[in-house]
Amino acid sequence: MDGPRGPRPRRILSRGNIMLYGTLIVVAIYYLLPLWVMVMTSLKGMPEIRMGNIFAPPVEITFEPWVKAWAEACTGLNCDGLSRGFWNSVRILVPSVALSIAVASVSGYALSMWRFRGSETFFAILLIGAFIPYQVMLYPIVILLREIGLYGSLWGLVIVHTIFGMPINTLLFRNWFAAIPEELFKAARVDGAGFWGIFLRVLVPMSLPIFTVSAIIQVTGIWNDFLFGVVYTTPANYPMTVQLNNIVNSVQGVKEYNVNMAATLLTGLVPLIVYFASGKLFVRGIAAGAVKG
Amino acid sequence: MAVTDQAAASPVRGASAAPLRRPMRLFRNLSAKIATLPMILTATVIFVGCTGWTVVHSFTSSRLLPRLDFVGLDQYDRLWSTPKWYVAIQNLAVFGVLSLIFSLVIGFVLAALLDRKVRGEDVFRTIFLYPFALSFVVTGLVWQWLLNPELGIQGVVRDLGWTSFTFDPLYNRDLVIYGLLIAALWQGTGLVMCIMLAGLRSVDDEIWKAARVDGIPTWKTYTHVIIPMMRPVFVTALVLIASGIVKVYDLVVAMTQGGPGGASEVPAKYVMDAMFGAQNLGQGFAASTMMLLSVVIILIPWAYLEFGGRRRG
Amino acid sequence: MTETAAIPPLAAASSPSVSIRGLRLAFGAVTVLQDLDLDIAEGEFLVLLGSSGCGKSTLLNCIAGLLEPTDGQIFIKGRNVTWLEPSERGIGMVFQSYALYPQMTVRGNLSFGLRNARVPREEIDRRVARAAEILQIGPLLDRKPGQLSGGQRQRVAIGRALVRDVDVFLFDEPLSNLDAKLRTDLRVELKRLHQSLGNTMIYVTHDQVEAMTLADRIAIMKGGRIMQLGTPDEIYNRPANRYVADFIGSPSMNFLEGQWEGGAFRGKDILLPIPARTGGTARPAILGIRPEHVMTGPLAETAPLRTEVIVDIVEPMGADTLVWGELGGKPFRIRMDGQARVRPGDRLPIGLDPARASLFDARTEERL
Repeated sequence: MDGPRGPRPRRILSRGNIMLYGTLIVVAIYYLLPLWVMVMTSLKGMPEIRMGNIFAPPVEITFEPWVKAWAEACTGLNCDGLSRGFWNSVRILVPSVALSIAVASVSGYALSMWRFRGSETFFAILLIGAFIPYQVMLYPIVILLREIGLYGSLWGLVIVHTIFGMPINTLLFRNWFAAIPEELFKAARVDGAGFWGIFLRVLVPMSLPIFTVSAIIQVTGIWNDFLFGVVYTTPANYPMTVQLNNIVNSVQGVKEYNVNMAATLLTGLVPLIVYFASGKLFVRGIAAGAVKG
Repeated sequence: MAVTDQAAASPVRGASAAPLRRPMRLFRNLSAKIATLPMILTATVIFVGCTGWTVVHSFTSSRLLPRLDFVGLDQYDRLWSTPKWYVAIQNLAVFGVLSLIFSLVIGFVLAALLDRKVRGEDVFRTIFLYPFALSFVVTGLVWQWLLNPELGIQGVVRDLGWTSFTFDPLYNRDLVIYGLLIAALWQGTGLVMCIMLAGLRSVDDEIWKAARVDGIPTWKTYTHVIIPMMRPVFVTALVLIASGIVKVYDLVVAMTQGGPGGASEVPAKYVMDAMFGAQNLGQGFAASTMMLLSVVIILIPWAYLEFGGRRRG
Repeated sequence: MTETAAIPPLAAASSPSVSIRGLRLAFGAVTVLQDLDLDIAEGEFLVLLGSSGCGKSTLLNCIAGLLEPTDGQIFIKGRNVTWLEPSERGIGMVFQSYALYPQMTVRGNLSFGLRNARVPREEIDRRVARAAEILQIGPLLDRKPGQLSGGQRQRVAIGRALVRDVDVFLFDEPLSNLDAKLRTDLRVELKRLHQSLGNTMIYVTHDQVEAMTLADRIAIMKGGRIMQLGTPDEIYNRPANRYVADFIGSPSMNFLEGQWEGGAFRGKDILLPIPARTGGTARPAILGIRPEHVMTGPLAETAPLRTEVIVDIVEPMGADTLVWGELGGKPFRIRMDGQARVRPGDRLPIGLDPARASLFDARTEERL
């Protein structure tokens, strides 16, 4: 993104500036409040929560809710905490991200540099498909996965994530590769590199930024998924989001708000870390997704 | 003239055409075709095939298992006579219209504020956007806690002495949809802001200079010059928000489970309950086809504006 | 892949390096190349010249194998390469944007093609060293393209073609991205390179100075056809048609409309005896005369035809002066000596020499 534009700034303590920064700070507090409450609640004991104010910092800091959320929280009869969901999510995430990026990058490459009759049509269908509500396709995919024996398994879910990550990521890669000068591609062909040679030895090494953007999109998207996790896996393989929902919204037992908030934070931690670590690349990723090429 | 040239060159062509022939069309760029096979299969089998399959089966009496036993529009008749579906559609309409308006307005205002050479722009942007990194489940659970009537915001305000204060949307049939709206806006406006900010940044700096030379007040420059110029950005944001709204599911499940008393049902949840809960596949197919229809209704005018207009220009 | 193709009979005389037969390329209804036939001799420097969209780069891409022709055949060294991959054709190519692989060092760029062809290591090192020596890029071998200047990048790009030890070099506007000074330097260097290597070179450009200075022969293209193929001298002095006459030369040729009959051109205010290659009947004709071939001063007195031009605008350019005037009701340009003292409104006596004029049929625009 370019530097800020717009009107020239006025004197530092002008009325306009006070209103401008005042508004921004109030809004910022509103946006930060839920995170603050989450953290504070997760560090309090239940008695303090019942007595006190959700916005107040803990009088006595305890990490017990975190331990309990991670290792002991119950879903149904299982009481081994969120750790199971976390590791399920990791086991889903790693192959899904790898496979979806591999497929999308190769598709984007072929679409930008090796067009053939009909390739643009398939791509158009793919992009339109991104707008179809998932619910429309859920059940037939269940049937297809059952046919190939992957329904309920982690690999079934990996395939589903690859499929639904394809439109946005293929678009991303296609636009990136299309912006690379055609002459570079021609030079590589004269140098005797083929379809895979050009991709692996010329294009991939110079495309680190777009792979990062794509990885950010996929890691946050797949980690945050709930719908596909519910539909395509069995309870033993439920990803973290599904397990979190089952823990917090379980009707049995006493509500332990501190444990719930610790669990919620734990689940949100991975995408938050990705977000804060990636900074502008995250913005670039969603902007690329939003502004269709 | 071209004819004679061709005739003159033909002996050469005849002599050499025999050993070397044009390779078969299908096998050219074979690697590229094989490499795009996953994409082609996704586009055809999943996006076209599965959608078609669902639409076709929405005209059948499928219950526990899909069957090709056509019953015409029976499923749709039943759907539109189900109160739960009506509630879902109403909720979607209210939620959709309000979240469209609010996200566009809030997103644009925040972007415009940040575009005014604000110190610490990166910090503010990071704060406004971080909820977008969180899942709907996390969003829903946080706001469920904040809106908890005894211990949440209502409880805190009452403890401060204002004992008659009431703010418990999640436990009020008439207000629950606004509770969802608050959470959804918290999660999603950062995205709209980012798109708007990118749009504002693409406005030529000279426009601002010209407006200043002409003595046009800032707010008027926004309403009369900048916003009309950003029409495509608004349209993109609108389409993005709208297609997201139709998909709203996780947020409801995490925050209210459709309650209280089914007051916060949405179509996506209706579909899920029918297909995987009530084992009433036909209803699920019909309801999801209605969802598809609503997306089509949103997309066609957009595609017309976007691509039809471009062709004319 | 190893078929022995028939040697094209049209070129049997001098066994050409590159032969093109009936080459046609169409994208849907748009024909980009129309039935081209072209023979390029061994060691020849051929320039494809034309304005943008004339098909010159398309033709080069077809020769390189980067575009597939709709019809026709291409032979390199007598081998039919029409359906071969670019790397199998024995060509090296240099691009306008240099097209260096950004993440590889100069050495990596030079050797990429050889590594793809699985050339032994020592052989690669030897050839890279030789190319680096010829192009004087030895000290740059371990740098990345991003650290090089435009001129250095283009040398590396040339080196990439050089190491492949190929029969034919293809250049696609290689100097267009360089600034004027550097362009002149590299142009001279290219000429020296061609003289010392003796390879066949096919060079695409829209710059007529490059074309005139570098070429053994120039092919001027328009609308996917070759308008004239000839030495720079032929192209300049005996343009085959009005298009070529107009395209070559700056400022461009003056054209006077009139009638050709009985061995003379008769226009408004002019009568110039001029022989035509073809006899035949009287017909409407166009007389073309280059601004630099218009005689002025004492020389004008000696010319077969003398007349006057009313001066409109004078543009002094240092080495010479360009005078815009009017002759026969049409604008008329004259290139004069830089020291010429002429002012707007002057009546300037001029002389025309039929030996340096060109005559075209007004209807077909072909040279008469």
